[in-house]
Order: sequence, then C-alpha cells, then structure tokens
Amino acid sequence: MFSYVARRMAYSIPVLLIASFLLFGFVRATFDPTARLRASRDPHAVERERARLGLDKPLVIQYKDWLVKFVHGDWGQSSRSHERVYPMIKRALWNTIQLIFWGILISALLAIGIGIFSAVRQYSLADYAFTGASFVGLAMPPFWFGLIAIQFLAAGPKNWLHLADPPLFFVGLHSVTSTGILDYPRHLVLPVLTLTVQIIASWSRYERASMLDAVNADYVRAARAKGLSPRQVIFKHAFRNALIPLVTVMALDIGLLFGGLIITETIFSIPGMGKLFFDSLLQGDTNVLVAWTVIVAAFVILFNLLADVAYGALDPRIRLA
Amino acid sequence: MTTLPNRELLDVPTEENEPLPRAEFADEETAVQSQWRLFWRRFFRHRMAVISTVVLLLLIFVCFSASWLAPYPKNHQNLTLGAVGPSTHHWFGVDDLGRDQVTEMMYAGQISLKIGLAVAVISTLVGTLFGALAGYFSDWTDQVLMRVTDLFLIVPAIAILAIAIKKFGNSATTIILILAGLGWMYIARVVRSQILSIKEKEFVEAARASGASNTRIIVRHLLPNTIGPILVNATLAIAAAIITESTLSFLGFGVQPPTTSWGRMLADAEGYVGTAKAHLLYFPGLALLITVLCVNFIGDGLRDAFDPQSVR
Repeated sequence: MFSYVARRMAYSIPVLLIASFLLFGFVRATFDPTARLRASRDPHAVERERARLGLDKPLVIQYKDWLVKFVHGDWGQSSRSHERVYPMIKRALWNTIQLIFWGILISALLAIGIGIFSAVRQYSLADYAFTGASFVGLAMPPFWFGLIAIQFLAAGPKNWLHLADPPLFFVGLHSVTSTGILDYPRHLVLPVLTLTVQIIASWSRYERASMLDAVNADYVRAARAKGLSPRQVIFKHAFRNALIPLVTVMALDIGLLFGGLIITETIFSIPGMGKLFFDSLLQGDTNVLVAWTVIVAAFVILFNLLADVAYGALDPRIRLA
Repeated sequence: MTTLPNRELLDVPTEENEPLPRAEFADEETAVQSQWRLFWRRFFRHRMAVISTVVLLLLIFVCFSASWLAPYPKNHQNLTLGAVGPSTHHWFGVDDLGRDQVTEMMYAGQISLKIGLAVAVISTLVGTLFGALAGYFSDWTDQVLMRVTDLFLIVPAIAILAIAIKKFGNSATTIILILAGLGWMYIARVVRSQILSIKEKEFVEAARASGASNTRIIVRHLLPNTIGPILVNATLAIAAAIITESTLSFLGFGVQPPTTSWGRMLADAEGYVGTAKAHLLYFPGLALLITVLCVNFIGDGLRDAFDPQSVR
C-alpha cells in the first residue's frame, strides 16, 4: 500500500511538470505583460520591461526560472495589485475550502439518503419524483440556478416583505459590519445550494444504481435468508458495499471543485479560487494564472490518488500493488 | 418488409443475448433491418425520450424559422416601453431597450442550438476517428491520446476554454472550434475502450481471415458495433456544449452583441435580479433548461434502445 502511494506520487510529478509547462506556455502566449507599455513614448520601454521580466529568454529557460522560484515559495507578484501571489492564493483557497466543505457535507448526506431510499423503494412514487428531480438538477445551468435562488430566496422576499436585510445574503461570506452567529450561515446557504444542485443530482443517481446492484446481490439474499431484519440487511450489508463506488466518484468530484467554483464564486462575490481566476483572467495577471492552474491541477491529482487509495482500503478484493 | 415472421421470432431472443456477432453471420440485410427495428421499438417505448424528441424538434423549428415566425423584426427597439413584464403583445416581456423577448429568444436560440449541434458533430467525428485508430492499433497514437486526455482532465475545462477564447477571439465559429477541440477527447476515450473490447472477438478474426483490410474491418465491422455508445455520447456532447457556451457567455467570454445567445441574454439580465425587471431572467434560463433536459432524455432513450439487456 505504502509503496503504491509512493509510486503514484512519483508518477504524478512529471504529469504536473508537463501540465504546468504547457499552461505556462499557453498563458505566456496569450497575455502580454508589457501591453500597457506599448503606448509609451520611450521606444525602449518595452524591451527594458521584457528584459526585466526575463521575457526575452527562450520559453524553456523562462519556465525553468519560474519553476525554481515557485518551488522555493517565491510565486511572483500580481500585476494588478502588486501583492505577492502566495498569500493571495492561500486566502482564496481558504474561502473555497469552506464552500467545498459545507457543500460536500450536505451533498453527501442528502445524496446517500435519497439514493438508498430510491433503491429500497424502487419504482415508488417518491423514487419517480427523485428521478425526475435529478434529471432537472443535471440539466440545470448552475449560474441560472444561482440567479433564480437570489431572486426567490433573497432579493425577492426582501422587496415583497419590505425587510431591511434580505433573509439570506448573497454577497461574500461575511458581513462587513454585523457578525453574530447567524451571519455566517445566512451567507453560506445560497452559494452552497447553488454548488450542490448538480452534485446531489448526480451522486444520488449513482448511489441509487450501486445500491440496487447491492440489494439484488447474492450476499444480501443470504443475509435476508438467515433472518436479519430489513434494516440490518440494508444498512449493515447492502449500504456498506454500495458506498465503495460512490466514495471513488466523490473523491474525483471533490478534486475538480477546487478550481470548478468559478460560477458560484462569481455570482456570490466570494473571494475564492474561482473568483481569483476570473479576475486575473480579465486583467491578464499572468503570475496569478500560472500559479492558480498549477495549484488546482495538484488538487485534482491528489484527489485522484485519494480515490484510488480509498477504493483499495474499503474493498479488500482490490489489491493496490 | 422482407423479413418473414417466423424468422423474426427466431431472431429476437438471440439478438437480445448476443447481438453483435450474430449480425455478422445472419443474412446481412435482414439482420440490419431487424436490429434497427428493435432499436426503434425500444426507443419508442421510452415515453420521455419520444416526448423530448418532439419538443426539441419543435424548439429547433421555431428558432430557425424566426425570420417568418418572430412577432417583431430582429433587434427592433421600442424605447418608449421601458422594461415591462409579459403581456399579450409581448409574451415574455421586453428588455430595457424595448426589444421583444420572444423575438430575441428565437434568434438567441439559433446561436445556442447551432453551437451545441456543431460542437457535437465535430467532436463526435474527430473523436470517433482518433478513438478508433488508437483502440485498433494500440500503438503510440494510443499512448499520446491517453496522456493528452490525462493532461486536460486535470485542469478545469472552463479555465482552459476561457483562456483560449481570450487568445483566439469570440466569434461563434471560434467558440465552436474551441469547444470541439476540447470535447473530442471524451468521445475518443469511449470509442477507444469500445474498440479495445470488441476487436478480439471472433467476427473480427473471421473478417481478417477472409482478407479484409484494416480500414474495412474498422469501418464495416468495428464502428457499426460501437454506434450505440457513440450516439449516446454525441447527445451528451450537445448538452455539455450548450451549457458550456451559456456559462462562457454568462462570464462574458461568449458571443458578443449584437449576436446573442441564451447565455448572453442571461448575462445581460444578471443585474436585474431583485428588481421589477426580473422577468428577463426567467425565460432564457428556462429555454436552456428545457433544451438540455430534452437532450438528456433522448440520450437516455438511446442508451436503453441500444442496450441489448434492456427490458423496456
């Protein structure tokens, strides 16, 4: 097991290096940090700036210089705010992690609950309702759902009931003035709702399918035949086995969320990774974009690895060698 | 219909269990016919898929005949109206430039649907070609394909798309090419794995033994047997492309005015959340939702219809 993890880690390093090199080249080819100097009256201004930034060197050398600095913790500074990139990303990551944590917690609980219920009461009215809802959830454009949620759960009620504050906030994660114990959840509900819709829809379908496989398996029939109560059969035997494939899917999906909340964070003005990417892209902030993509890719690779390890750890039939 | 009734009775159960090799040994014409008949029978039994096909065709028809059907000319402004809600003259209301939203949505739908369909067609063709080559020959093309897809899977697609649009521009054609350029790899992976699993079967061996060339084996024997997963994934690609385009438009990276798409209309309406003009939000989003829902149901119906184990 340990050697498997070590080998996978070693394998992911070249993948990360190649990915970061391609991204570095792509971002460098797309954005010109000296664009603002083109209008300068000094004919040498552009060249001087290019030399200062090292842009006159070949791309491979530029990448090597950047990589050496990156590994040493010097991620350069933002061309927008002249702030260091490292603390910027750290701050953004913390906000995104809060969203992911609450989103995943709620999605997992609801999706597993719905999945088990639909499988145990297959073809019941509730099963059809959940199936229909999940089809709608999967087809829902996330940004539209966010806007509709603001309209009907926050801004609308505020206007209709003439409240001073909307019942749920839709800007940022904290109020500037008031804090209080209710402030944080009131900020969290809408963004978490928006990011969970598609996740709950797809995970509950997945859990339903794997639960159906488990319920119809021989070992469950054996457990029933030996006289266990239906509750014990479902939760001690079927559920635990049906959870294994879901855990893998969950790990893969969580990995994608670190850079995948661009929409949610933009709509709700949450200064997380997605918002950071969006703002940096609009401004052509190369240093932030490159560091961002590498960090996000690293999270995806990490969670892919976790998915494999979890699969091996939960299912003794899988040997990771 | 040339199929004899008793022959069909014999054929159906065998095909349910083992459809792929059977088709090769049976008299080709009858086999192909009965397989397609089976397919249609199963598809028509999927009620939601049939309804969705009708709704989607209707939607496509309405959008693309906008020049005849639209109640007002394209981009016709009536500045005295202001943004008012739905009425008998303007079913979906008008925006703040006094443009009728029904008309706007028909023209915007043309762009959204065109991008979705074009991306699906291009990425399916390219993906099928490369997937078949990679799966059949299993040499360096296979290695390159798998490693490249691995690379693209680790960075959020929307991030790469946004940078690419920033670089290559945001006309509808460019967006189609960029979306297809990233979309073909998913289909290629599916086709590759399908080809890998059937290329060792006896009927392929038989074809090779009777002297068929590689091209003939791929085109006549392997690809027809992977048509199910290819079509299912093509429908998924339509849905994904429509959603991705609207998301990019919403972020401001999509088509630019005066061209408009449903996502673009939503981007324009974003500022009206919580105001009296909120009606501008509802209809374009609803159109997106219904389109993607229909496409997904059709995909579901195709999956069931192509699945020999399906009991529907």
